[in-house]
Amino acid sequence: MSEYKKPIPVITSETAQYWDSAQKHDLHIQKCCNCNRFYFYPRDNCPFCFSNKVEWTRVTGKGKIYSFTVSYRYTSEGFRNEIPYNIAIVELEEGIRMMTNIVGCENDDLRIGMPVEIIYEDITDTVTLPKFKPTIP
Amino acid sequence: MNDLSQKVAIVGVAESDLGYVPDKTALQLQAQAAERALDDAGLGKNDIDGLFCANRSEIEGCLMGEYLGIRPGYFETTNSGGSSFESFVGHAACAIRAGLCHTALICYGSTALSNRKNNSPPTMSILPQDPQSQFEDPYGGWLIAAYALAAQRHMFQYGTTSEQLAEIAVSTRKWASLNPVAQMRDPLNIQDVLNSTIISTPLHQRDCCLVNDGGGAIILTSLERARNLNKTPVLILGFGEHYAHRGISNMPDLTTTAAKVSGEQALRRAGLTVKDIDVLELYDSFTITVLLQLEDLGFCAKGEGGSFVEGQRLAPGGLLPANTSGGGLSYLHTGMFGIFLLIEAARQLRRECGPRQVPDASIALCNGIGGMLASSATVILGRE
Repeated sequence: MSEYKKPIPVITSETAQYWDSAQKHDLHIQKCCNCNRFYFYPRDNCPFCFSNKVEWTRVTGKGKIYSFTVSYRYTSEGFRNEIPYNIAIVELEEGIRMMTNIVGCENDDLRIGMPVEIIYEDITDTVTLPKFKPTIP
Repeated sequence: MNDLSQKVAIVGVAESDLGYVPDKTALQLQAQAAERALDDAGLGKNDIDGLFCANRSEIEGCLMGEYLGIRPGYFETTNSGGSSFESFVGHAACAIRAGLCHTALICYGSTALSNRKNNSPPTMSILPQDPQSQFEDPYGGWLIAAYALAAQRHMFQYGTTSEQLAEIAVSTRKWASLNPVAQMRDPLNIQDVLNSTIISTPLHQRDCCLVNDGGGAIILTSLERARNLNKTPVLILGFGEHYAHRGISNMPDLTTTAAKVSGEQALRRAGLTVKDIDVLELYDSFTITVLLQLEDLGFCAKGEGGSFVEGQRLAPGGLLPANTSGGGLSYLHTGMFGIFLLIEAARQLRRECGPRQVPDASIALCNGIGGMLASSATVILGRE
């Protein structure tokens, strides 16, 4: 694998399961067993009711673009050769939102509300980034 | 706050040298602003017993106290980004009212432009394992992109246009043309904004604030004491603060900022409504930041900000004078702009603003926004 120059997540004990599941191309997020709400990013305690009884649940991987931007500047060197590149916030069917990049779509064709589904990009031997592509109806 | 309203006053304000100041450090700029603000008030350094600082270094307040030779009995060195200084005004008013200090100095300085020219690394950053580093940075998320995400969503939900955002850049430039220390004073029209380089869609370069060096300082004391000092006291009438997220992907609604809560708190505590506001000083890191605050503070309904700013409503001679210094978009922006909103509002209420003076200005609202549309603090100021 060629050298990967973009920022690589520094994984902690409470996010390890998320990144492990991404690496298996089977993304899991957390759901609170007390108030039954999904939440993101991973945390030991539910940010709604603060219960520590939370479980990991496989995502459907389907969602919609909540917002996006096409950036013509970069602050992280690894993006230098990719400008303009897109940054999106996707809202999953579970109701949580995450920042991501949309692949398999021209930047000019991006639209808010566009249905998207998860894909996995193995950026190193040990880290995989979830990204999204347009859902073909 | 009802117990606080009209009990504490701003008695001194000043800027340091502004613009590109390569021969001064941020500490020098702060000290220069502090000295000028003390002169403005007619006070000396030894009158200061409360110190409020926020900046890019750790434990900034101790550093400033050491540098200035002030050993305060009450201090705060909290950094909530660009809104820190509006928060400080509220907190200082509480401390003065509670008798914890008598006279407070709020100061700030930055060499953002010199740092950029020198390629200096940022002095404060988020830890690599923090949520933003783990879940946003790998995708190339960054500050302007965060505001662009909000602008794009507002356009989608409410039909807001780039032309409407440009109205804000244009009206702000008109104010800057009346301010001799504003950095960008040449005429600007809507087409110029639309023709400027795209930074992150839908934001153009002229939708974005400047990057400069500069410092500011503010001095507050009790109204009783203020009445015996040099300048017309500028009363603290109301205050509010709020935040709802840190990273932009955790913002509950990309079209609604924490100003909705902080503004409602401040107006209620002052016993005022938006109709009472003569001068508005809104954090203008970006044009979209202004538009969102206008809606969230209640100057227009949610979603109507675009049509509200049309026809140069915010410009000199417009129905709602806003960002009368020329704002972060055209006067100056140093990274944490909030202190300059307060300085300009105080001068407007003291009626010292010459060609840009808003006639009979009696009540001003300042709203600071920090981080990625994260924190908001609102201060309402008035004359006795």
